[in-house]
Amino acid sequence: MKFARLVWANLFRNKRRTVLTALSVAVAFFLFGTLRSVLTTLDAAARVGSEARLVTSSASGITFVLPEAHAQRLAAQEGVKSVSWANWFGGYYQDPNDFFAQFAIKADTYLRMYPEIVIPSEERDAFLRERTAAIAGVGLMERYGWQVGQTVTLRGTIFQGDWEFVIRSTYVPENPSFGDETFFFHYEYLYERTNGGISPGWFVLELDDPSQAAAVASRIDAQFENSTAPTKTETERAWQTGFITMWGNVGFLVRAIGTAVFFAILLVAANTMIMAIRERVHEVAVMKTLGFQNGTLVGIVLAESLLITLLGGAVGLLGARLAFAGDNPMNSFFPGFGVEWSTIALGLGIAALLGLVSGAVPAWQSARLSVVQALRRVV
Amino acid sequence: MKIPLIYNLRSLRQRPVATITTALGMALVVAVFIAMMALSNGFRAALARTGSTENVIMLRKGANQEMNSGLSREAARIAAGMPFVATGSDGQPLVSPETYVVVPLQRANAGGLANVVARGVSQRAFEVRKDVEIVQGRPFRSGAREVVVGTKFVERFENSGVGDTVRFGGADWTIVGHFSAGGSSFESEIWGENEQFMPVFRGQIFQSITFRMRDPTAYEGVREMLEGDSRLNVDAFREREFYVNQSTLLSQVLSFIAIFIAGIMAVGAVFGAINTMYAAVAARAPEIGVLLTLGFKRRNVLASFLVEAVMIAAIGGVIGGLLALPINGLVTSTTNWNTFSEIAFAFWVTPELLVAGLIFAVVMGVLGGFFPAWKAARQNVVDSLREA
Repeated sequence: MKFARLVWANLFRNKRRTVLTALSVAVAFFLFGTLRSVLTTLDAAARVGSEARLVTSSASGITFVLPEAHAQRLAAQEGVKSVSWANWFGGYYQDPNDFFAQFAIKADTYLRMYPEIVIPSEERDAFLRERTAAIAGVGLMERYGWQVGQTVTLRGTIFQGDWEFVIRSTYVPENPSFGDETFFFHYEYLYERTNGGISPGWFVLELDDPSQAAAVASRIDAQFENSTAPTKTETERAWQTGFITMWGNVGFLVRAIGTAVFFAILLVAANTMIMAIRERVHEVAVMKTLGFQNGTLVGIVLAESLLITLLGGAVGLLGARLAFAGDNPMNSFFPGFGVEWSTIALGLGIAALLGLVSGAVPAWQSARLSVVQALRRVV
Repeated sequence: MKIPLIYNLRSLRQRPVATITTALGMALVVAVFIAMMALSNGFRAALARTGSTENVIMLRKGANQEMNSGLSREAARIAAGMPFVATGSDGQPLVSPETYVVVPLQRANAGGLANVVARGVSQRAFEVRKDVEIVQGRPFRSGAREVVVGTKFVERFENSGVGDTVRFGGADWTIVGHFSAGGSSFESEIWGENEQFMPVFRGQIFQSITFRMRDPTAYEGVREMLEGDSRLNVDAFREREFYVNQSTLLSQVLSFIAIFIAGIMAVGAVFGAINTMYAAVAARAPEIGVLLTLGFKRRNVLASFLVEAVMIAAIGGVIGGLLALPINGLVTSTTNWNTFSEIAFAFWVTPELLVAGLIFAVVMGVLGGFFPAWKAARQNVVDSLREA
């Protein structure tokens, strides 16, 4: 520690170089923070799905529906407390390329099962009373400038024509990863306007005892196995994870890019440290002559490179956290996108590793330095 | 008078470690850039090769994708009778009313479930789509529970050999052949007979009707006639354009990610290059003094150092291209958001992309070399010579 001032002074020997190196490290860690947050956000999104609720969908795949009659048989299952269902609407508001999710829900039971959808109770009642009423997330309300009480028209792609809804409520998600850009409306409305030409896309089940989820799920699937509409029952979390893995192998992509970034910056940082030590060959030789131990010299070099990478890393990681705090464009792709503290901690760990590795070569060089050779070289 | 290039080359060799580390740093940036763009390219190419410009696809009005659409047998019959539909050698119209569903199947190597398009086509589909070719086995027989699968499907799913069976829609289907389709997204699909798929899936409705035009140049007129026909209630598209449009969103997103990531990495690499070049200039101050004394102009010195930086960058660009090259042809898959089904496609490194990577590197070199070169050119001759 008594050499702290020496390390500090060395850092400012060539300010421009130190700053440039720290900045390139900072930029790299900004990227690291952003990329890793994609993973943590997807992870968090997967965890939004409750492990206490089950989802029963068609065993034939996501485009297939189940008969409404399944509801009663599901409700009669041992361990099932209540049953609700929903279907995908697949419409758009004005611009066909502007995507948001719309669900037709069996409203009374659905809202009871989803405490994640936080709405004032008088708005809930107003929604439940009216057949064409809808609930929209706050993010969606902002996106289209909607007001509560307004009538909005969605164009259906699966269900033809223009559909009018009156927005009776707006929800704030209990957890940002749940997303605040979803649109809910009454299943009955869809059912009536299609003259009964619709059926539930999936059932949601609330359980008496969530720890029995696996057993209940397999009992349900066994019961419907030989029916005309076989089912696939899983926890809501597993069901949603299925949708998220459809993004493809994001984890692999992020790790591959992360590795490339790490090595690119390692090269920059190592190069800088080698240059920095080469400049002071004489100084190192003099220090050796004065009796500085090799270990001390190695420590001083490593401390310097550690300081640069940690400083740069901290700037980049905190920068990413600030850049993605609050409203940002990533939120539409990944609800609740943000840089977690765990990402910052991991990033700093990697920055430290980067510092040690990039300082290793010059540290080794200075330890091995022959005093006579170094001093003989003409200044 | 220009300073000879050999001077720069020898200088680079004088500091091999700095040259190589800087060039490698840039190489990694270029490699990531090329790889990401190749991903975007490959995806777009797979869909851009899907379908033909001579074919027309019809969907129910407003259903901007096959999954959402529904067309009656009546519509298929009407379409087949239209005068602008091409006919095969036997005089029958080249039209394929198709069912389209997405089924979950087990990936190979315990990769979990993936959604696959199961397309029920007519026997005519292989004539309507010229690119589609059975490469192994035979086409499915009419009336049998038989399917053919695309070559990209074969690579990625369990039990996909000729003679194996796949289970979906509550029935077992025998795979009797593999087909290729010119690298298009059809190669990720399962094709069976529409009449076999109808009863097990969505009943008596088709999702799309594709036919060959007698005269492809008459497309606009054909489209107007179809869309104006009140019996049909359809939207019509050129088949090729229809599939290209399904790729735009995702390929734009992929290109954006490529540029975003490579751009950020480039900033880091440029800082590294600036460091290297400043060090080079500082170490060679006396040399620069000599050059100036010999009568080289300041702009020659500036140009020379800039060239040196560009040389380093170009080395990086070439190495980066070489690093990225092996991924060419590597097959990966992603879910097309428009259809919720998986599409397999190959990374596609084009010569243009390699050139773009090299240009990208050169730009980094110029940015990284400019200020150090500027500093070199403005050196005071007397002071720099005194250092020697």
